[in-house]
Amino acid sequence: MFDFLTEYDILGAFWVTVQLTVYSAIGSLIWGTILAGMRVSPVPVMRAFGTAYVNIVRNIPLTLVIIAMSLGLYQTLNVALGGNTITATNFRLAILGFVLYTSTFVCESLRSGINTVPVGQAEAARALGLGFGQVLRMIVLPQAFRSVIGPLTSVLIALTKNTTVASTIGVAEASLLMSEMTENESDVIGLVFMIFAMGFVILTLPVGLLLGRVAKKAAVKR
Amino acid sequence: MSTEASGSGGASTATTPPMIKATAADKYFGDLHVLKDINLEVPRGQVVVVLGPSGSGKSTLCRAINRLEPINSGTIEVDGEPLPAEGKALAALRADVGMVFQQFNLFSHKSIIENVTLGPVKVRRVSQSEARTTAMELLERVGIADQAEKYPAQLSGGQQQRAAIARALAMKPKVMLFDEPTSALDPEMVQEVLDTMTSLADEGMTMVVVTHEMGFARRAAHRVLFMADGEVVEDSTPQDFFSNPKTDRAKDFLGKILTH
Ligand SMILES: Nc1ncnc2c1ncn2[C@@H]1O[C@H](COP(=O)(O)OP(=O)(O)OP(=O)(O)O)[C@@H](O)[C@H]1O
Ligand SMILES: [Mg+2]
Repeated sequence: MFDFLTEYDILGAFWVTVQLTVYSAIGSLIWGTILAGMRVSPVPVMRAFGTAYVNIVRNIPLTLVIIAMSLGLYQTLNVALGGNTITATNFRLAILGFVLYTSTFVCESLRSGINTVPVGQAEAARALGLGFGQVLRMIVLPQAFRSVIGPLTSVLIALTKNTTVASTIGVAEASLLMSEMTENESDVIGLVFMIFAMGFVILTLPVGLLLGRVAKKAAVKR
Repeated sequence: MSTEASGSGGASTATTPPMIKATAADKYFGDLHVLKDINLEVPRGQVVVVLGPSGSGKSTLCRAINRLEPINSGTIEVDGEPLPAEGKALAALRADVGMVFQQFNLFSHKSIIENVTLGPVKVRRVSQSEARTTAMELLERVGIADQAEKYPAQLSGGQQQRAAIARALAMKPKVMLFDEPTSALDPEMVQEVLDTMTSLADEGMTMVVVTHEMGFARRAAHRVLFMADGEVVEDSTPQDFFSNPKTDRAKDFLGKILTH
């Protein structure tokens, strides 16, 4: 019954999913943090940019963002992000799309975390002579991160599942393989679905568990 | 306290500028006129206690001195330098002005020693080891050296406030601002913080202290400012103020404070 499995590189496909997720997660955390910094910055232009960016990008369906990367960036503007093959280019374009999109959710989670940090913390830091960037980096963000580990976990889990959208521009991640298999192995569709669903659960569960533990540790330290 | 009778503490000669100088300072919160034409000179080494009913603008005055609250018109100078606009220069000025808050505001994700070394290392660019040595001396001095590795939440209020004073002193400030430093403390912890402040005053630190602790005002202050509705309505020595208040507002205020 499971014989057909050997014809497909399921692990390989999930490996692509993992890579998409990890690179996108790192990028989203960095860009999302910068966006959050902009949204609370004293410079009006930065605040306006951050607000506009988040409100626009967050409300575009992810599929459109990803297609825009391929159609707009690559096929129209010829931005290949240094990829030598079409496969490599699409992979990178997909990551860029995920970063642009997911960072808005990282930003908003962080911003709600920033709002939970008492203003006195930033005031005391400013009174010591720390600049805006230092106050944000050393005092406000570390405390904000701790209070939003839960929401950030949800964002990262959503990201893991969202990577399936990369298949729309031909990135060979898990869901693309699944579509192929459901077509070829129509007699065992249920089994194919089960395998891939389990695969995603196996990927996302550890994220939740790990961050849950981090959250507990951070809570104790306070 | 020996300097009690003098109107001003340290020397204020023509050559050295006053430590703090406010000229025609006005501050509004929307339509609310919170500081009205404040003119004030605080010479070096003077300990000024600011008294007044709730909402009279004491905190705002205190916070205006390091521009945590920018004024709308007039000027404020610290050690002869007008307060710069927000940016590097202002940060540099704030490094020279220590501030102690009612709610302590210790950085809750950092240990006590990290709280005290952060400013010197990140702002003054002192080496980590030198900052630690100084920090331990200061913690020793405020009596909480044994708490150095703990987190703020593990300390009592009085210990936290003494740590906050050590944190401010670590910057080697020219002036110290205190905004109701003992108001959030349980009564049994008030004295330990006042003692720390008194010893600081004895060493000649220029201090502006908003407080309701009349004992501290009598013992440690050289000068009392009484504020009402955003104005400084009395400016005198503690003796004069407590024994012979001139305005009805002050008499009324003292009546309420001293009867309980
Ligand atoms: N950020 C703010 N926005 C608007 N109004 C404010 C703000 N901060 C203070 N005020 C108002 O300004 C006035 C003066 O406030 P301030 O805190 O300086 O008084 P205070 O003398 O320190 O009073 P208290 O003894 O209660 O601390 C009050 O009427 C207060 O409501
Ligand atoms: Mg106040």
